[in-house]
Amino acid sequence: MITGNFDYFAPSNVEEAIKLLNEYGDDCKIISGGHSLVPVLKLRLASPAVLIDIGRIKGLKGISFEGGTIVIGTNTTHAEIARSAELKKHCPLLVETAGQIGDQQVRNRGTIGGSLTHADPAADWPAAVLALDADIIVKGKGSVRTIKATDFFVDIMTSAVKSNEIVTEIRITKPAQPQAAAYLKVPQAASGFAVVGVAAQLTLKDGRCEKVAIGITGLGPKAYRASTSENALIGNTLDAATISAAAEKADTEAVDTMEDIHASGEFRRNLTRVYTKRAIMAAMSRA
Amino acid sequence: MSFLAKYIGQKVRRTEDPRLIQGIGHYVDDIKLADTLHVVILRSTHAHAKINSIDLEAAKSSPGVVAVYTGKDVEGRVGFVPCAAALPDLKVPKYPVLAQGKVIFVGQPVAAIVATDKYKARDAADLIDIDYDPLDVVTDPEAAVQADSSVIHEEFGTNIAFHHSAGTGDIEAAFKQADRIVSEKLYHQRLAPVALEPRGVLAHYLPGEQQMTLWSSTQIPHLMRTQVALMLGINENRLRVIAPEVGGGFGSKLNVYAEEALLGWISMQLKKPVKWIESRRENMTSTIHGRSQSGTVEMAVKNDGTLLGLKYQVIADMGAYLQLLTPAIPTLTGLMLSGCYKIPAISMQCTGVFTNRMSTDAYRGAGRPEATYLVERIMDCVALELKMDPVELRRKNFPKPEEFPFATATGLFYDSGDYEKSLARALEMSDYQKLRAEQSEARKQGRYLGIGVSTYVEICAMGPSIALPAGGWESATVRVEPTGKVTVMTGISPHGQGEETSFAQIVGDMLGVDMDDVLVIHGDTSIVQYGIGTFGSRGLAVGGAALACALDKVVAKARKLAAHILQTDESSLTFENGRFVGAPNDSSITIQEIAQAAHTAHNIPPDFEPGLVATHFFEPKNFTFPFGSHLRGRGRQGDRRGQGASIYRR
Ligand SMILES: Cc1cc2nc3c(=O)[nH]c(=O)nc-3n(C[C@H](O)[C@H](O)[C@H](O)COP(=O)(O)OP(=O)(O)OC[C@H]3O[C@@H](n4cnc5c(N)ncnc54)[C@H](O)[C@@H]3O)c2cc1C
Repeated sequence: MITGNFDYFAPSNVEEAIKLLNEYGDDCKIISGGHSLVPVLKLRLASPAVLIDIGRIKGLKGISFEGGTIVIGTNTTHAEIARSAELKKHCPLLVETAGQIGDQQVRNRGTIGGSLTHADPAADWPAAVLALDADIIVKGKGSVRTIKATDFFVDIMTSAVKSNEIVTEIRITKPAQPQAAAYLKVPQAASGFAVVGVAAQLTLKDGRCEKVAIGITGLGPKAYRASTSENALIGNTLDAATISAAAEKADTEAVDTMEDIHASGEFRRNLTRVYTKRAIMAAMSRA
Repeated sequence: MSFLAKYIGQKVRRTEDPRLIQGIGHYVDDIKLADTLHVVILRSTHAHAKINSIDLEAAKSSPGVVAVYTGKDVEGRVGFVPCAAALPDLKVPKYPVLAQGKVIFVGQPVAAIVATDKYKARDAADLIDIDYDPLDVVTDPEAAVQADSSVIHEEFGTNIAFHHSAGTGDIEAAFKQADRIVSEKLYHQRLAPVALEPRGVLAHYLPGEQQMTLWSSTQIPHLMRTQVALMLGINENRLRVIAPEVGGGFGSKLNVYAEEALLGWISMQLKKPVKWIESRRENMTSTIHGRSQSGTVEMAVKNDGTLLGLKYQVIADMGAYLQLLTPAIPTLTGLMLSGCYKIPAISMQCTGVFTNRMSTDAYRGAGRPEATYLVERIMDCVALELKMDPVELRRKNFPKPEEFPFATATGLFYDSGDYEKSLARALEMSDYQKLRAEQSEARKQGRYLGIGVSTYVEICAMGPSIALPAGGWESATVRVEPTGKVTVMTGISPHGQGEETSFAQIVGDMLGVDMDDVLVIHGDTSIVQYGIGTFGSRGLAVGGAALACALDKVVAKARKLAAHILQTDESSLTFENGRFVGAPNDSSITIQEIAQAAHTAHNIPPDFEPGLVATHFFEPKNFTFPFGSHLRGRGRQGDRRGQGASIYRR
C-alpha cells in the first residue's frame, strides 16, 4: 500500500494555497484530514503529482458564531464538532451526526470540509448540511462563492467545488428552539459509513409542522433533500398517519440507487422510508 | 519430582510485553541490513487467465530498479510451493513461485520487482504491461464439480482434487433403524485471516560462506527451513531461518509460501539482502484463506432422542493450489464429527475441489470449528424435530465420565471428560429454567427471545507424530550456564501465545530458580534443535511437556554431581526449591553451585560428563480433548441480552 510520488506543500494561508492550486492545476490535490484521500492514494486510484496540505492554515479551523449564524471552518474535525457544547445547544443535529462518523480515530482526523468536498455517497455530513440548509463558502483566485447545500452535491464523488477552489467554511443559520432534530443511520458494519442516513430538522408550532428539511444520504449517487416528504409534512399536524404517509415518499427524489454487497437498491429504498419515519419521530420527541 | 508452585498457576506479568508495547521488539520489517534491496510483487488481477506476454522494458529502466523477474526466470530453478499433506489419489498441481504462462487466482505472484527502495519498486510495478487472455472463472466449489465447469488444472481434466471417506460403524443399518432422519445443508464461508503483522521475508545470502539467513514471519521456522532448502536446492544446514517477533498467525503462517523461496533465490542472484513486506491488500488475496466447506449433514435418530448415525457429505474448497496442509483441513472436520456425543456410526464423504481462489488452509481451529458447528447445528435441528429440549437431547447422548477413555466412530480416543458437569454449571450460571420461562412469556407477548446452547469438544495438542506429515513431537533443550542462569531452547515458535513467560514459569518452579534468570530462545534454526512449531494448540501441551522432560534430565544429572560433592548417595537427596538437601551431615548444595561445578569439572565423578545440558524430544501418546459448554439467551431490543455462561476445561 504505497502511494505514487508526489511533492508536498504546506501553505500558511488561503491565498498561497489558491496560488498553488492554479499553478499545478489538475496535477494537484488538497489534503486536509487525509482520511478519504490517503486511502485513494494508497490504492493508487489517484496519483496527483502535488499535495497541498491545508492543515497548517490558521483560521480554517474552529466553530464560531456571527449573530444568528454558525460558522464552521473547513478543517474542523468531526471530533471537535461532536464534543462542542455550544453546538449541542444551538445545533444538536451537527453534534449527533459528527458522533456517528466512523470511529474515534477517523473523527479525530477527518474534517467536515474534506468530507463534503469528497462527496462520498455514503458519507454522513451531506445529509446534515442539507437538512440545515447550509451554505458552503468556496474561495478561488480573486473570487468567493457561496454554494447552497442543495447545489453542492453533483454526483458520486463529485461536488460543486472546482479543482482550483478551496472550501473555507460552512455557514448555518441557527435553527429555531426548541430543536426538533435527529440523524439516524444504518451503518456499514466495518467502516461505519451510512448504508442509508436520514437527517431531519423540524420547526414545530402547536403540534403543527411549520418548517422541515430532510437530508438523505446513502441511497443515491448523491445526497438529496426529500422534498416530496417535506411537502407532505409542512402545515400539517404530525400524527402517526401523516408521518408514515410522508415517509413513504422519502425515496421519490432518488432516480438511481446505490447497490453493493451491503444492501440492494430496493432494500436501500425501504431503509430510507423506514429511517425517515423514525428520524421524524425521534426529532419530534426531542422538541 | 516435587516442586513448589511459586510461578505455575500464579499471575505473573508477561516478560515479552515491555518490548512489544514500547515498540522496541523486532519484527521482520524492523530488521535492517546494510545494502538491502526491496521487492514488490506484481500479482494477478485475474482469477483465471492466460498470460500472452509481459512487457518489462519500462519497469527495468525505471529509476532504482535493479532487476525484474518473471516465471521464465525461476522455471526449473526454484522448486514448487510444497504441499505436505498426503491423501490417497490426491492431485497435487505444480505451484510455481511466479506464474508460468497462466494465472489461476487473483493475487497470484506474476513478477518480482527489485529496487533500491520499496517506493521505486512499487512505482516500477505500475510500468509492467501484462497482456492477459481471461478464461472462464470457477469460484463456487459446488459449481466446480459440474460437468460444464471450466477446468483449472488441465493436466487433471477435472477440478476434483481428492475424495476422502472417514468414519466407522454400520451407517446404512443406523439409517435403516432410525425413527427419523434430520438433515440440513450448511455453508462454512471463506474467511481471510488477518494477523496484525502481515507476512514478511528478509533473505540474506552470503556467497563466500554459501549460507543463507531467512527471516520470516512464520509459525514453523524449522519446517520452513527444510522445505525452502529443498525448493532452492541448497543444503538444509546452510539455511538459517529466523522467526523474529511474529505478530500473530492464526494458522496463516503455518505455511511455506512462494515468497520465502522467491526472496531466497533473488538474494542468491543479486548477492544482497532482499526484503518483502506484505501489504494488507496482499494479505487478503495472497495469504491462505480459511474454511469454505458446503455440505449436507444427516442425523439418524430414535424418537426418544438416541443418536444412531451421522452422515456428512461435503465439498471442500481447496482454492487454486494446495498449500502446505490444504487437503488435510477437511479431514480434521471428519475426525471431530462425533462432537461430544455417542454416535455409533459416522460417515463422511468429502470431495476436495479446485476453484479460482486463494488456497484454503489452517485457520483458527482448522476444520474443527466446522465440525463443532455442523454437529451442534444438527443437534438443534434434531431437538426441534423431536420437540425435545436441546439441553436434554445433548445430555441424553453424552458419554458418561466412567465411559472414558471414549472411542468415537471417527477413530479417536477422548482421554477424559465430564460433559454433563460443564453443561450443568452453565445451566446453573445462566439460570436456564428462568430463561426458558421468560422465553415463553415473551413469546406470548409476540416477542422473540433466543436461547442458544452448545456443548463441544476440541482436539488439541497436535499431536502424535502419526497424525502429522512432519511429525508431531516437540523438542526442548535446557542449558544451565556456569553462572546458574538457565537457557531454554524450544522447538515451538510462539507468536503471541506467551511461552517466553510460561516456559520460564515451568523452569522457575522445576529448577527452583528465579524466573528472571531464565531465557527462552525460540524461532532460530541455527540456535535451536529441530522443532515442529506452534499451531494446533500444541505449544504448551507438547512443547511444555518436552521442556519438563528435559528439566527432569537436568535435575537427574545435577543430582549425580550433588551426591558426589555432598559425599552421599543420590537416593538420600531431595531437590527442593533449587537446593539438594538431605545429606547426612546436613550439608546442601544449590543448582547454581552444581552448574558451576559441572563446568569447572574439578570435582566430578569419574563417569560424569562436564556441563549441565539436556535435550528432550517429546512424543505425545494422544491428542488432548478439552471441552466446554456455552449458553446464551438473547432477545430483541432490550430483552435479556447476552445473558449466559461459558464453561470450559482446557
Ligand atoms: C475507516 C474509515 C471509516 C470512515 N467512516 C465514515 C463514516 O462512517 N461516515 C462518514 O461520513 N465518513 C467516514 N469516513 C470518511 C471520513 O469522514 C473522512 O475523513 C472524510 O470523508 C474526509 O475528510 P478529510 O479531512 O479526511 O479529507 P481528505 O481525505 O483530506 O480530503 C478528501 C477530499 O476533499 C478534498 N478537500 C479536503 N479539504 C478541502 C477543502 N478545504 N477545499 C477543497 N477540497 C478539499 C481533498 O482534495 C480530497 O479530494 C471514514 C473514513 C475511514 C478511513
